[in-house]
Amino acid sequence: MSAVIAWLTTATPASRGQARAGRLYRGTLALLANPLAAIGLVVVAVLLLVALFAPLLAPYPPDAQDLASRLLPPSAEHPFGTDQLGRDILSRVIWGSRITLAIVALAAVTVAPIGLAVGIVAGYRGGWVDRVLMRITDVFMAFPRLVLALALVAALGPGIENAIIAIAATAWPPYARLARAETLTLRRQDFIAAARLQGASHGRILVRHLLPLTVSTILARLTLDLAGMILIAAGLGFLGLGAQPPSPEWGAMVATGREFLTDQWWVATMPGAAIFLVSLAFNLIGDGVRDVLDPRSQGR
Amino acid sequence: MAVAQQSDGPIGSPAEEARAHSALLRLSSRALSLILSVVLTVFGLLVVTFFIGRVVPVDPLLAVVGDRASEHVRAQAALELGLDLPLWQQFLRYLGDTLQGDFGNSVLSGQPVLDDIARFFPATLELATAATLIGVLLGVPLGVLAATRHGRWQDQLIRVVALAGYSVPVFWLGLVGLLVFYAELGWVAGPGRIDVIYEYSIEPVTGLMLVDTLLAGDHAAFVDAFWHLVLPASVLGYLSLAYITRMTRSLMLAELGQEYVIAARVKGLSERRVIWRHVLGNIMVPLITTVALSYAYLLEGAVLTETVFAWPGLGLYITQSLFSADLTAVLGATIVIGLVFIGLNLLSDLLYTLVDPRAR
Repeated sequence: MSAVIAWLTTATPASRGQARAGRLYRGTLALLANPLAAIGLVVVAVLLLVALFAPLLAPYPPDAQDLASRLLPPSAEHPFGTDQLGRDILSRVIWGSRITLAIVALAAVTVAPIGLAVGIVAGYRGGWVDRVLMRITDVFMAFPRLVLALALVAALGPGIENAIIAIAATAWPPYARLARAETLTLRRQDFIAAARLQGASHGRILVRHLLPLTVSTILARLTLDLAGMILIAAGLGFLGLGAQPPSPEWGAMVATGREFLTDQWWVATMPGAAIFLVSLAFNLIGDGVRDVLDPRSQGR
Repeated sequence: MAVAQQSDGPIGSPAEEARAHSALLRLSSRALSLILSVVLTVFGLLVVTFFIGRVVPVDPLLAVVGDRASEHVRAQAALELGLDLPLWQQFLRYLGDTLQGDFGNSVLSGQPVLDDIARFFPATLELATAATLIGVLLGVPLGVLAATRHGRWQDQLIRVVALAGYSVPVFWLGLVGLLVFYAELGWVAGPGRIDVIYEYSIEPVTGLMLVDTLLAGDHAAFVDAFWHLVLPASVLGYLSLAYITRMTRSLMLAELGQEYVIAARVKGLSERRVIWRHVLGNIMVPLITTVALSYAYLLEGAVLTETVFAWPGLGLYITQSLFSADLTAVLGATIVIGLVFIGLNLLSDLLYTLVDPRAR
């Protein structure tokens, strides 16, 4: 163990990989020193485990109907109660964690490449390419995200795939700006000039030299955004535009519980609390990451 | 013009005139670039809504006439929309119509979308304004408190409260609020803007229920409207509070380390005076920008809040139109919200220039 730590914390890393691992290690330590971020990390770790072991953890299948025991209040048998079709809400919340994670992961892997591509090209080429791309970015930033996502889903039709497309289409602009800013500081540097003198094509410079250096910033920024993506996905689900029934998506579950709100409060509140908890955890991590990345804003 | 009056030279002197002149030039070139950027952004907004309305759907006609339209109606609508024309000509026509205020007709109501929006908008305005008031009145003091108790438990607590406001699904918070404060405790009124008994006796003059009931001189209706507004405004206000608290806190923290704060303290000014007069005075400009932006973000929260509270505003209009597949109405409302968003951004930009002499 101590050998690993020594390898990680050495002042003279032997390879790029070692340097990167060391930086990650120190960043993680700094993050864990922040109690709120540590709580967030624990919650997200639990969420990952729950999603992974959903079939083992859930006491009932998520779509097993039992009309004899519909709308039962929370009890030892059904800790979160049952819904209008007698389905166990705890089991559905557990299975729903998979959907939430899938939406966030898919949106994230769509958003980051779009933002990177637009930002790096704009920053590297400069001139009119830059101006046009940044103007497009500004236009997308001039919309409230949820409203644009709603309009897009309205045109595409409801469904979980379209919800992910809508989230990705509305989330990329800040990443493009960030990647552009990074690229602008990099493109005049000597190693880029050296690469060009060696005859590297623009494509090669973009992909092999600029991309790896901007990726980490983009990934860090992504952690700040995950909670927002969860909320937009849940909002779309609540409006009936995201995952369709009987899929146990948390937002959609809250929507079905609306009907029974005053008499069977648990149907709507339990899945909603899950959204809240997970989004809070991601925000706590994001806040911690911000502190680690920007020491000036420590605790601000 | 305010520029000329605020300069320190004697008014009317040549030096003063020259300075005012160059300041005006700078201001007008700034104004020009602002106007240009607004025009381009609005153009982009319309490109996006055109794209969503005409290119994304498989059958754009379906969204315009609904699924029960006869062949004849469909052909008529296709001709009106110019669907037989090349895409760029369609866009020019769309641009012309929209800029003249013709957003098309709603499938659901059969009315021009813009008329619908005019009817629904005041409710959103009332809700968002009330929410912003709550956000400012609570958020600024909380942010100040957190900054002055930096690192202590008050700070940590306020940080978590604000972060929770960022994290809570607003539709769920609304439902829990209804459950606790309406169904269980009975402290506030339920969904809607006003009780049915007053619904038709109040003349919609401004569309703002609180103002209209006052104009009608109906005290009971005013009180009723107020208790209807409290809960949705508080729910939405929490989002605004979260944003304003965080911004106030970090602006205050940046400012508290400045030397003039030490100087003011050394002079023996009371801590209260240092904080509320000197420091808060200095962060006023970015704070105003923050409030303007938070107002814009409330439009987003309003969509979900209005759905939960059956609040007949723009958000409810959008979701109702969504369910009847009324794309024209959805896009019309999207344009209006986008314009308000652009307008508020512009306003905060202008305020910045007007209030902060360094930005000129």
